[in-house]
Amino acid sequence: MSANYENDSAFHTKVIEDVLSGYHDRTAKRRNKHLNVATGEDASSLGNSSTSRSDVKSNVKSIPGVMTIRGCAYAGSKGVVWGPIKDMVHISHGPVGCGQYSWSQRRNYYMGQTGIDTFVTMQFTSDFQEKDIVFGGDKKLEKVIDEIEELFPLNNGVTIQSECPIGLIGDDIEAVSRKKAAEYKKTIVPVRCEGFRGVSQSLGHHIANDAIRDWIFDKKNPDFTPGAFDVNVIGDYNIGGDAWASRLLLEEVGLRVIGNWSGDATLAEVERAPKAKLNLIHCYRSMNYISRHMEEKYDVPWMEYNFFGPSQIATSLRAIAKHFGPQIEDTTEKVIAKHQPFIDAVTDKYGPRLNGKRVMLYVGGLRPRHVITAYEDLGMQVVGTGYEFGHGDDYQRTSHYTKKGTLIYDDLNGYELEKFIDAIRPDLVGSGIKEKYTVQKMGIPFRQMHSWDYSGPYHGYDGFAIFARDMDLAINNPIWGLYEAPWKKATALAAVAAE
Amino acid sequence: MTRPAEKILDHAALFREPEYRKMLAEKKINFESSHPDQVASDQRDFTKTWKYREKNLAREALVVNPAKACQPLGAVFAAAGFERTMSFVHGSQGCAAYYRSHLTRHFKEPSSLVSSSMTEDAAVFGGLKNMVDGLANAYKLYDPKMIAVSTSCMAEVIGDDLHGFIENARNEGSVPADFDVPYAHTPAFVGSHVDGYDSMVKGILEHFWAGKERSKNPSCINIIPGFDGFCVGNIRELKRLLTLMDVSYAFISDASDQFDTPSDGEFRIYDGGTKLDDVKAALNAGTTVSLQHYNTRKTLEYCKEVGQETASFHYPLGIQGTDEFLMKISGISGKTIPEAVRLERGRLIDAMADSQSWLHGKKYAIYGDPDFVYAIARFVMETGGEPTHCLATNGTFAWETEMKELLASSPFGKDAQVWAGKDLWAMRSLLFTEPVDLLIGNSYGKYLERDAETPLIRLTFPIFDRHHHHRFPLMGYVGGLRVLTAILDKIFDKLDHETMTLGATDFSYDLTR
Repeated sequence: MSANYENDSAFHTKVIEDVLSGYHDRTAKRRNKHLNVATGEDASSLGNSSTSRSDVKSNVKSIPGVMTIRGCAYAGSKGVVWGPIKDMVHISHGPVGCGQYSWSQRRNYYMGQTGIDTFVTMQFTSDFQEKDIVFGGDKKLEKVIDEIEELFPLNNGVTIQSECPIGLIGDDIEAVSRKKAAEYKKTIVPVRCEGFRGVSQSLGHHIANDAIRDWIFDKKNPDFTPGAFDVNVIGDYNIGGDAWASRLLLEEVGLRVIGNWSGDATLAEVERAPKAKLNLIHCYRSMNYISRHMEEKYDVPWMEYNFFGPSQIATSLRAIAKHFGPQIEDTTEKVIAKHQPFIDAVTDKYGPRLNGKRVMLYVGGLRPRHVITAYEDLGMQVVGTGYEFGHGDDYQRTSHYTKKGTLIYDDLNGYELEKFIDAIRPDLVGSGIKEKYTVQKMGIPFRQMHSWDYSGPYHGYDGFAIFARDMDLAINNPIWGLYEAPWKKATALAAVAAE
Repeated sequence: MTRPAEKILDHAALFREPEYRKMLAEKKINFESSHPDQVASDQRDFTKTWKYREKNLAREALVVNPAKACQPLGAVFAAAGFERTMSFVHGSQGCAAYYRSHLTRHFKEPSSLVSSSMTEDAAVFGGLKNMVDGLANAYKLYDPKMIAVSTSCMAEVIGDDLHGFIENARNEGSVPADFDVPYAHTPAFVGSHVDGYDSMVKGILEHFWAGKERSKNPSCINIIPGFDGFCVGNIRELKRLLTLMDVSYAFISDASDQFDTPSDGEFRIYDGGTKLDDVKAALNAGTTVSLQHYNTRKTLEYCKEVGQETASFHYPLGIQGTDEFLMKISGISGKTIPEAVRLERGRLIDAMADSQSWLHGKKYAIYGDPDFVYAIARFVMETGGEPTHCLATNGTFAWETEMKELLASSPFGKDAQVWAGKDLWAMRSLLFTEPVDLLIGNSYGKYLERDAETPLIRLTFPIFDRHHHHRFPLMGYVGGLRVLTAILDKIFDKLDHETMTLGATDFSYDLTR
């Protein structure tokens, strides 16, 4: 479908001014740098790949008291990067809460016998008490690892996900890890992802990446015979089965996925990664660090791809195929052609129901840009987008996707979310669980775009069909027309008639 | 693998399609380096044994699948029950994001609270600046009538002084001089969410009551509900009963409207809640009644200190629990229990008698917060059921003692075991070694239902995977009817499921039961 539209720059500029006027002056000055309207006039000078500029200040501290939507480094490490690795036990090291609130909430699908040989949807914690804070928790941690070995002997390794107190009380989790790794001849990884580090989830991703580099790579020599078409999928957490829908497609074009990071992954998949021919990165934000490292140290090149929506899937598949040459390129064209009737049927069915609908996004990782074209494949228009924990390089990459006039917001908060949505009144908002019910109460359809709102997968061709179905059911549900009590409506009409 | 677009398959059906099954099987063989199937199935069998149970129960350090949360969650829940109150969590911002999503996933409602967003520099210099800026922003943006400050780990470990910080912020003009900013220290490494609830309610009462003269109004009753995921249904039901009785009462922390706002086009960041004037006036009440003893131990001590009578219950529910609650209220207020309420009681008794043959002798495993477990065990015994395992991860020795007394009071409790401080991985062992018919708990219990095939009834926070249960009461005789029906539905559904195979088991697939 055509994606020729432009958003209302003047109106969006005014909306930003209105929002800023509600702040204390000092706060307004700080927030002003995080809000912008995408410009398009210099698109040609930026080259064909850019259609707009979406620069805002990003990756700096959130302002106290504004109700930032961001999380913490622990969430980035345990919740995002490490948590999905299924055959390892991930200890939420510290008090009970962090592990409890993040237990089973990211929908990282996996196959395995939970509690026996896989452990993703379990909450392991050292449950710190006051005495552990006062006297230190290293002895307790040793015992925790001993008890894991006793009760869950089929684990292939353990990670220690530090919660805030660990770094503050000066525990030496690295020493404990070395000692216990030697004792059990297993991989034990200490991760310094205390929640106060950095400004958002983002530093947690980085710390988690570094821990893979420092505590997993080059420690064992995996028994593995490399092949010519070996790839790793990096930064697909298999939310609602995303990585499975992607894997099917990559295998179909003739590639061999030797590791998926980190949805449905085993430790072995992480260990052998440097032997791949190419790293395919979906979530750049959370795993570019380790991909750059693999490029530098092991000469594994990396490329970004986008498996949301048929336009980007085809573009990405072709770009990937090009890397491997004519054999894969031929198969790729056949695969794209083979799926086209299905995609046509999906867009024929849903396109007319969704055409012209306006969407606002506020998500994390890759989604604020990657899903834009999937909406456009259905004839929808994205009027605003922003990142919870993006960096400058994310916003640069966003320019490739956004249209002129698109409202850009970095580290949005509760106040701004409500103001922006109320002013713009989009037809759909895609954001997280904390935002969902606020938006729906305002009478605006909503889809959670972190967890796929308990649906999914959204990746690949199979995923796009589900995505289309879900956006339709959200927008075209009859409930949105029933919000106003009819007697209220009648009164309003009567009042107008009387005038 | 080309699929029709008419019926789009999502994850639940899609991954059972042959091409996905094949792909996943090959992934396992070729890339996962997993343990041989036999090794895994041996280990699975081993986890069902008495030997594993003994090792599991002997754990001293590792906690697996606990049924408790941390203090600040209780504190922000408590604060949500007051008029136009914004919770302010002093500490790292991720904590606040977690409480918000946790509460929202249960209530299917927004949960609005702010954080002081402390980062590494605050670990060195303390969080005073974060408090000063944070209070100013929260006040300006969210127009609260009160800001209730609690703490997460970071602020507690570095020892920030809340009282001093708040006064500093006030002096710097973050909030007006007379603006209400009660606070509570809520370290996550002490107790659980029920203690955080306690600390915050006490903090709020102290804020309004300290140094005030008390003019006693004996017939007026304060009621503190405790941390309750069913607050919406329960508080509304209790208000109905108390109004029928014509009692003068005030709920202290009433989140029933805050977590059940209507959808009519307007987002209400605040709704309902105990009026701040009512909190002030509550000092004069003759008695403060707690519906959940283990949620209010410090608060009730404080109420005694100011001269009030106190009484506490364990989540009053079922026949005797409700009887005792109503009689206590009647005793304090001098108001009689109306005939209409006696009829409601009779209707619940009637329903229990109608269904008793299906309930008698059924064995239960029950877990949750201490007062909830007490209440359900008691109700189960009223139906002729046997509470075989009673588990509270945040249960204390005092709770264990009280539970044992309760269970000893009925022949239906004689085989019961009480598990204070144990987690749901311990419960998993117990369900294999000493199996039961039914499991009562929350959504986390679904993993036990999967592993041990014990049917789960969701009756307590958090319930993520079923909708709207919390909008209906469990308390009062009317609530008892709902608990009863939930149990019966599970029993009948299971029996139907077991007897519905055509020509094999369906002789017992009775139309009338």
